[in-house]
Amino acid sequence: MPDELVSEIRALLAREGSLAVDVAAIGDRDDLWRAGLTSHGSVDLMLALEERFGVEFPDRLLTRQTFRTIEALATALRELLAAEVSA
Amino acid sequence: MTAPVDGLGPPVGAEAPPPSGLSPDGREGSAGTAPTVGPASDFLRDLTEAGLLLETGVPGLYGRSARFEALIERIDEFVSRRTAEDGAERLRFPPALPRRELERSGYLEGFPHLAGTVHAFTGDERAHRALLADLEAGRDWTTRQRPTDVALLPAACYPVYPTLAARGPLPERGALVDVASWCFRHEPSREPTRLQFFRMREQVRIGEPEAVRAFRDDWLERGRRLIDELALPCTITTAHDPFFGRGGRMMAASQKEQGLKFELLVPILDGGGPTACLSFNWHRDRFGRTFGLRTARGEPAHSACVGIGLERLALALLRHHGLEPERWPRAVRALLGS
Repeated sequence: MPDELVSEIRALLAREGSLAVDVAAIGDRDDLWRAGLTSHGSVDLMLALEERFGVEFPDRLLTRQTFRTIEALATALRELLAAEVSA
Repeated sequence: MTAPVDGLGPPVGAEAPPPSGLSPDGREGSAGTAPTVGPASDFLRDLTEAGLLLETGVPGLYGRSARFEALIERIDEFVSRRTAEDGAERLRFPPALPRRELERSGYLEGFPHLAGTVHAFTGDERAHRALLADLEAGRDWTTRQRPTDVALLPAACYPVYPTLAARGPLPERGALVDVASWCFRHEPSREPTRLQFFRMREQVRIGEPEAVRAFRDDWLERGRRLIDELALPCTITTAHDPFFGRGGRMMAASQKEQGLKFELLVPILDGGGPTACLSFNWHRDRFGRTFGLRTARGEPAHSACVGIGLERLALALLRHHGLEPERWPRAVRALLGS
């Protein structure tokens, strides 16, 4: 099922992630670090996601796990967006 | 530095900021927090009143008395005796490095808040007049200066990597270097354990991954023995460098997760946790790739360093054995030749 959130993450990953490979070739559960995501790229991606969705990643989510896959990022963002709504 | 745990994929480890060597403090969660300058700590007051450190008016910038310097020299000699058999090449550099090497090293990616560069006036007589007018009027005259080719040294080992890389591929056994220098970190503080200028003595091992890792592991034991000999209490723990900003938190978590940095901590201050007196850093092939350091087989070399904070060790001794070295335990005095 196409997911708007995942599409947005993919678009920002393509723009900010400085990956060595085409984002279209990466599955939602593929390891982004193995795909060449750098520390620097992950910070750029984090800042772009925060700006796009109007959220802030709390310290507990600033781990390599959160940025390991597109799916993990989507899960983290859904959680942050839900917290926004209920707040 | 950070790199995927499994080490697979493209140039991992070549991207992240390098370790800063000895952390400016041994505290957790210091990543990217702005320096705060509180009142002088009790210990700092004790040290200045005892005439060991001399206030200059700038936090973290102190003069050293003859007694304090004698202590630093004895610690340095103690380290020399305990490493004499290692056969390290002894290199010494000024407390500065070419600005382009700082830029190339990746330090600014992780620690922009700690870096310092040297600026100087390069204008003509007219510009000189303008500078003096600014000075007299209490305006910011430093805008009349331009950056030079020189940056302040953030950790003693930084000049080692480009220097060795320039020699060509390493010999079969790799390299072992003993290096020491004054270092600068822009981190004004009123705690004597956090200085803007301090001395760091380092042992740097460069070569094949296994040899480098073995060196680091071996030094975790040797470091503990050194501190035991000095009759100081210590703990060794995994640590992270004080990376800048929120992105830095991720780098810090990653560094810790991968066990790339260990610190030997000694309680020195009354609050805020123990202080890192030694740090053990495994850079993997980060500097090998950054500076083109090659093994004899032509692979990017791995590297690791062990840093000893000389002032911090002196402060630990003064804290635990008293402000008068002549009254320290006999065994400690014998070791330090005091």
